[in-house]
Amino acid sequence: MNWQRISALILRYTFLYTRSMPRILEMFFWPVMELLVWGMLTQYLQTGPFKVPGFIKFLLGAMIFWDILYRAQQATTISFLEDIWARNLLNIFVAPVRVSEFIVATYCVGFVKILITAAGLCALAAVFYHFNVLSMGFALIPLFINLLVMGWAVGMVTTGMIMRWGQASEALAWGIPFLIQPFCAAFYPLASMPAWIRPISLAIPATHVFEGMRAVLAGQGLSLQCVLCAAGLNVVYLTAAALFFRFMYGQARAQGLLAKLGTQ
Amino acid sequence: MTEPIVQVEHLRKEFKATVAVADVSFEIRRGEIVGLLGANGAGKTTTIQVLLGLTTPTSGRVRIFGQDFEPHRVAILQRCNFSSAYTGLPANLKVWENLLIFAKLYQVKNHRQKTAELLDLLEITHLRRQITGTLSSGEATRVNLCKALLNDPELLLLDEPTASLDPNIADKVRKLLRRVQRERGISMIYTSHNMLDVEEICDQVIFLNKGRIIAEGTPQQVVTQFQQKTLEEVFIQVARSGDVLEEDAQ
Repeated sequence: MNWQRISALILRYTFLYTRSMPRILEMFFWPVMELLVWGMLTQYLQTGPFKVPGFIKFLLGAMIFWDILYRAQQATTISFLEDIWARNLLNIFVAPVRVSEFIVATYCVGFVKILITAAGLCALAAVFYHFNVLSMGFALIPLFINLLVMGWAVGMVTTGMIMRWGQASEALAWGIPFLIQPFCAAFYPLASMPAWIRPISLAIPATHVFEGMRAVLAGQGLSLQCVLCAAGLNVVYLTAAALFFRFMYGQARAQGLLAKLGTQ
Repeated sequence: MTEPIVQVEHLRKEFKATVAVADVSFEIRRGEIVGLLGANGAGKTTTIQVLLGLTTPTSGRVRIFGQDFEPHRVAILQRCNFSSAYTGLPANLKVWENLLIFAKLYQVKNHRQKTAELLDLLEITHLRRQITGTLSSGEATRVNLCKALLNDPELLLLDEPTASLDPNIADKVRKLLRRVQRERGISMIYTSHNMLDVEEICDQVIFLNKGRIIAEGTPQQVVTQFQQKTLEEVFIQVARSGDVLEEDAQ
């Protein structure tokens, strides 16, 4: 792994994002809209006829955490798509760049984008809804890292799919995370889900993160079990995603799809 | 005789039922400009893609700088570069930003000085601060060539570099490539449908038809072999009577 090449790729994305107002807006537009909608809904549920106590912190916490997962996946896949859209993919793949270096660069870019988006959301949640995510303290770090890693794994899978099936499968970049959402107990506790879904949910690292988050917000402290389960599953999924990506990359090269993708 | 920089032995590439390259063997020596010619579907693009590692061969062997490609991919690509009319550099970045990124990717030493030299050589210093997406075709081609020369490649693969250029700019690009090749001793593989390009720039040509080599030699030797007056006429003859020629070649 060569860090000079990785830093060159990071520089490429830095130029790209800082030069483009739509890309900067995209980092904030949907997360802020979601925060406003969910925030107002939860305020209504808390103060309206339902009077659900403490609801806002669970829902807004879940929304911000979900965004970390979603953005981590998006950053990986969209970085790859950016090179397709710019017809720059071939220039990258005929340069002395290892695929692993390319992936690591997209992870780094994703990490920074998430930090910026999450910081914005946390600030808005604090200002508008008096919900301070940072009140979770150090518990935030292992939960954040686990969501990030899961997002990277999903991102690697969707990128592999786009590499193999071309731009026609671009919709996967946007859609795949939402296939996971109903099963990962993001907005409701695992215990409230139907019994037959729970084994599926428990096999998803994010489920353990969201359960852990709710425990911390409820004042029960960070569950080491939740962190370890999420981390263990993430190791398995990240390894599987890397193998899947490598297989798809091999398939794309065998079928000449990389060159087609780069000149579309 | 100089050492071969590229050695392709019995290269075959199949895409499901389609044979893109049937059995191709050739060598390219240091400092040579070799034109890969053929009608659409002849197998030249697939051959270039295999040489760049974008496509894996079904069988056969590709050695570049005396090394097998696959296990030495990064080391080989460090000494090669590529420019194509069909790829671009990110449009919303400035020219110098794109060149800086590739200089860093290829780990070019003294990249500022190198970039300045190349911009000067290609007569595009004034475009340095321009947004890449606003360049004309001719300017974009020269910026692509600048990127392709950044790492002082020993092997340069050029896929129709003069496509979409007007005759004046195309002529400038050809002369420039010749000059660069003379001064730096770069080997080049050049594909083009413009036979004037090829006659002017290539030392050797390899004519492909249906994935096989049907003629190779200097442009003049190939013209004589086909009893034609120009490479353009040879191209048309090959394209219109490919099957007969292929059988002859076998």
